[in-house]
Amino acid sequence: MSVNRRNFLRLLTAGAGAGAMPFAARAAEIMPKSGRRVVVVGGGYGGTIAAKYVRMLDPTIEVVLVERNRQFVSCPFSNLVIGGERKLADITMNYDKLASNHGIRMVFDEVTAIDAARQEVVTAGGAIRYDRLILSPGIDFRFEELEGYDPATTPGIMPHAWKAGEQTLLLRSQLEAMKDGGTVVLTVPLTPYRCPPGPYERTSMIAWYLKQAKPKSKVLVLDANPDIVSKGPLFKKGWAKHYPGMVEFRGAQKVTAVDPKAMSVMVDGIEEVEGDVVNVIPPQRAGAIAVKAGLVGADKNWCPVDATTFESTIAPNVHVIGDACVAGAMPKSGYSANAEAKVCATNVVALMNGREPVEMSGINTCYSFITGSEAVSVAAVYRVADGKIGAVPNSGGVSPDLSELEAIYADSWLRNIMGEMSS
Amino acid sequence: MSRSRRKWGAALGIAALSAMAHAAPPTPAMLANACAGCHGTNGASAGLAMPSLAGQNKIAMVEAMKAFKSGERPSTVMGRLAKAYSDAEFEAMGDYFAAQKPAVAVGQKFDVALAAKGRELHERHCKRCHLEGGKEFDENAAVVAGQWLKYLQIQMDDYAAGRRTMSEKKAEKMKPLTRDDFEAIAHFYASAGQGE
Repeated sequence: MSVNRRNFLRLLTAGAGAGAMPFAARAAEIMPKSGRRVVVVGGGYGGTIAAKYVRMLDPTIEVVLVERNRQFVSCPFSNLVIGGERKLADITMNYDKLASNHGIRMVFDEVTAIDAARQEVVTAGGAIRYDRLILSPGIDFRFEELEGYDPATTPGIMPHAWKAGEQTLLLRSQLEAMKDGGTVVLTVPLTPYRCPPGPYERTSMIAWYLKQAKPKSKVLVLDANPDIVSKGPLFKKGWAKHYPGMVEFRGAQKVTAVDPKAMSVMVDGIEEVEGDVVNVIPPQRAGAIAVKAGLVGADKNWCPVDATTFESTIAPNVHVIGDACVAGAMPKSGYSANAEAKVCATNVVALMNGREPVEMSGINTCYSFITGSEAVSVAAVYRVADGKIGAVPNSGGVSPDLSELEAIYADSWLRNIMGEMSS
Repeated sequence: MSRSRRKWGAALGIAALSAMAHAAPPTPAMLANACAGCHGTNGASAGLAMPSLAGQNKIAMVEAMKAFKSGERPSTVMGRLAKAYSDAEFEAMGDYFAAQKPAVAVGQKFDVALAAKGRELHERHCKRCHLEGGKEFDENAAVVAGQWLKYLQIQMDDYAAGRRTMSEKKAEKMKPLTRDDFEAIAHFYASAGQGE
């Protein structure tokens, strides 16, 4: 079915294939559409904001937000849960106020298919029609690139904790159960992946916990990239200052296989490295529904989009935002998803009202904690130049140092961005 | 802005290749919405170190952005971000936030005794520019009443430590004040709208 659908979408893009509906049984329509409707899939950093801003910008457009979970757990700040500085409840929200404040219709269900020709998403409960679809599906993992990795069982032994929630708590409990003098192995995939500085903040937060509770222990970072991907000099400075001898960073160490029984990973097919706790962050791609719907580009992993409207360059009336899309130079971060959602909502509303779209202006701000009370940041403004989204020259950049003030602002960042999402 | 428009023109020149949607220049809302991830929807901050921009004095906001851009006013991310915008864009964002319904940091805790002391200090030292208990403004003064206490404290600390420079008028008025006085004034402004 997925192959058929991909072919179908290709035909559609090529401007052919008008009538030829594949033979899959059609799901019954739920929530019959009377007026104009936007369906948003995925209630995270991107989807909540897209749904909210469409309603704020044009209350005559009905918005349906489809999300499989009743609660959302933030990936930003989940490393602080691992480090013992926050509780999972601190980074968990529900959708009640968002829905009631803005008249968003929530559907808690899994989207199993997207029919771009009929302009409907298919859930277990039935089909929901749309005029425009905004997909914010986040990421899924390319487990198949790790030999010996069983998607059903390996995460329970070697947590990725790259989707926050149970996995976050599992990694935390493994650290708590580890003996003093143990080694934590943390593996980083090649870019692009969700949250470029995330693995290094996690390294810091693990070291922060170990320094207090298990000071003879070590964190070994095996990074497939040649060097630290984001805020490198700041992380190295922070590790040297706070965790000398505790954090070991090795670049250009691509994990190719895992052995959950031996608690080891294989680097470049030759060197086996064991750990007492092994945090394997697998390589990633756009959330499964985007892949299934044939919205990924030539790289087969990420969704190419128009730099102004975030409309898929593959399927008309389907927009993709957040980690799943290719937004030029914008990193795959929570704040980027928030900013992209607003650009997308603005231009979806413009297009649905026959107005000219507005050129994008977006921001990314991203904080990483080095200790429980010191953080670093990166910030930039993004615009379109030469048809691509790029950082505005001679602006943006990283904090000059780690500081407590950055950590205070980081805390306020979370309050505000989750406040935007949840109300 | 003019620079990015020129680049756009160039991009369009070579263009049918990329099937980019034709687009108007960023509207004030497009510029301002990007700020809301940290400053709250429409500039109504959810706390604690981030100031609300909703209902702020446009002149104060534009001056602040220019001072962030030049580095004259200390900041963490604001200086880095401000460098990306033109003066005309500061004006557009200033207009946008000034037009929003003023936000009050509802439900925040403050010290009642300190706020009372702060009120007296305000009457003697601040009220000629920060009108109506700090809810209104004269010329380039900022709306300070109803801001988050943490934000106010960080600003006061920057003034007290000499990291943030004051206008001559302000420096003259604030000269006799101690750090404790600054703290009291912060509590007074934070108390606004808290049902005191």
